[in-house]
Amino acid sequence: MKSTAAAPSRTGPGTPGEADRSALTIVRRPQYGRWAANAVLALLAIGIIASAVLNPNFQWDIVLKYLTNRTILSGLWVTIELTVIAMSLAIALGVLLALLTLSGDAWLKTFAAAYIWLFRGTPLLVQLIFWFNISALYPEISIGIPGGPTLFSFSGNSITPFMAAAIGLTLHEAAYMSEIVRGGVLSVGHGQGEAGLAIGMTRLKAFRRITLPQALRAIVPATGNQVILMLKTTSLVSVIALPELLYSAQIIYARTFEIIPLLVVASLWYLFMCTLLSIGQHFLERRFGRGFQQPGGTI
Amino acid sequence: MQDIATTEQPPMVLAESVTKSFGSLKVLKGIDLEVGRGEVFCLIGPSGSGKSTFLRCVNHLEAIDSGWLSVDGDLVGYRREGNHLIELGGQEAASRRARIGMVFQHFNLFAHMTALKNVMEGPVTVRHMKKAAARELALELLASVGLADKADAYPSQLSGGQQQRVAIARAMAMEPKLLLFDEPTSALDPELVSEVLEVMRNLASGGMTMVVVTHEMAFARDVADRIVFMDQGVVVEQGTPSEVLNAPQEARTRAFLASVG
Ligand SMILES: Nc1ncnc2c1ncn2[C@@H]1O[C@H](COP(=O)(O)OP(=O)(O)O)[C@@H](O)[C@H]1O
Ligand SMILES: [Mg+2]
Repeated sequence: MKSTAAAPSRTGPGTPGEADRSALTIVRRPQYGRWAANAVLALLAIGIIASAVLNPNFQWDIVLKYLTNRTILSGLWVTIELTVIAMSLAIALGVLLALLTLSGDAWLKTFAAAYIWLFRGTPLLVQLIFWFNISALYPEISIGIPGGPTLFSFSGNSITPFMAAAIGLTLHEAAYMSEIVRGGVLSVGHGQGEAGLAIGMTRLKAFRRITLPQALRAIVPATGNQVILMLKTTSLVSVIALPELLYSAQIIYARTFEIIPLLVVASLWYLFMCTLLSIGQHFLERRFGRGFQQPGGTI
Repeated sequence: MQDIATTEQPPMVLAESVTKSFGSLKVLKGIDLEVGRGEVFCLIGPSGSGKSTFLRCVNHLEAIDSGWLSVDGDLVGYRREGNHLIELGGQEAASRRARIGMVFQHFNLFAHMTALKNVMEGPVTVRHMKKAAARELALELLASVGLADKADAYPSQLSGGQQQRVAIARAMAMEPKLLLFDEPTSALDPELVSEVLEVMRNLASGGMTMVVVTHEMAFARDVADRIVFMDQGVVVEQGTPSEVLNAPQEARTRAFLASVG
């Protein structure tokens, strides 16, 4: 502000005195509030980390020892398997349920709505225990023609904890996935598919080429969240004694009583897997966002 | 078009007693129309009179309830078996629609594709053209609507007028026999209307058969061969632009023309 007093001349740009004026240094307003918040949070973070690192009760040497323990690693593998299987099947089933909902047929819609109502409305924990004990309800499950040959038969007793876990997680997750898929498809304007029909596409092709790729823009990030959620939700199946990551840690600390360090071991693995998934999700979002977040292009 | 045999060929669009209802709402109450080859046909009328619905029946985006509706001699969504019209499905319905172009009020460009890909999509996935050939065709068509430099832009990066011109190029890429326009300039800012009408004028003078729903009376007067005035699901009056616009016979037509200025 003082510069105006120092340069009272009214000469236009380009004259000698002006060169200095355009070279003045701009001093930003100090942001005391922001600095204070940074300082407080930095101190807090240092405090928490130091308390954890320096606290002997965390037993970091034991954490390190068990991080790559065979039982832990095989538990980690079961967790990954369950996540991949349950999530893939849930996506497929969710798409089917969404198609029923979007079909426009009142009865198909009602069926899908009833499914979602049931599987979203009861606790997953209860569903898992239910599937684990299915043999009490149906000792024998068979599909066949009444009075004719049996096409498929399965004894309820031979259901393993892994199967019960996969079925329970899949059926529960499918209810959520169908809502995500349905929302994604509805987020694409009706005119898009219609424009596809107008250039001579069949309904199926218009859906596949035009509507679906745009729907994925909404579906992919939400599904990414569900995968991350599922990775951690698999720990619930420890109640039916399936040795996934958390239950494997529990198996060990039941013997050694090193409860906290083993929970830290499991948590570190969950954190690591979630980090990988988040990175993958970021790239998928970019891939499916084409045409919507072009640099400087969004209105 | 100059062929003497032209008179022997069926009209491009032939509608006889076409009716259509949505639930209990009768939207088309027996439409009779004939659009000749190379004709520019303008449909005018108050909002809600059934103009869009009729246009959508022509390429079977809506199914008619009764009557006869053919394009270039072929039924669009049906095949005839004796006294029955059997609704077509899948591939057959789609391929009959492929050569009837449609330009929408809100452009409906594929939002996840560039302008170039929008125009290439039909040739590649419906006409099974080679990518390179389709690309060349698309670039040519974009140049013809004055958008050669916007080939790589996404719809969200284009103005309304530019989007509508890409949409016209996309329809042209299917080598249509007939182009349907549903209020192509109604969603545009006033200063962008003329660039779209200019493209449409060029198509008309190139001999394209066009059915245009429009509120642009100056365009209709200049370009149309015939004007049809529709109201409440019936054709009230039709004729040349000077007949309908300068000397309307019906009171409803006069009232409508007075209201649009
Ligand atoms: N899909 C539909 N379902 C129910 N009613 C519709 C549908 N499409 C159009 N209509 C109704 O049909 C009537 C005619 O609509 P439209 O053909 O769009 O008229 P215009 O294009 O002349 O304004 C309106 O009353 C409209 O509400
Ligand atoms: Mg309309």
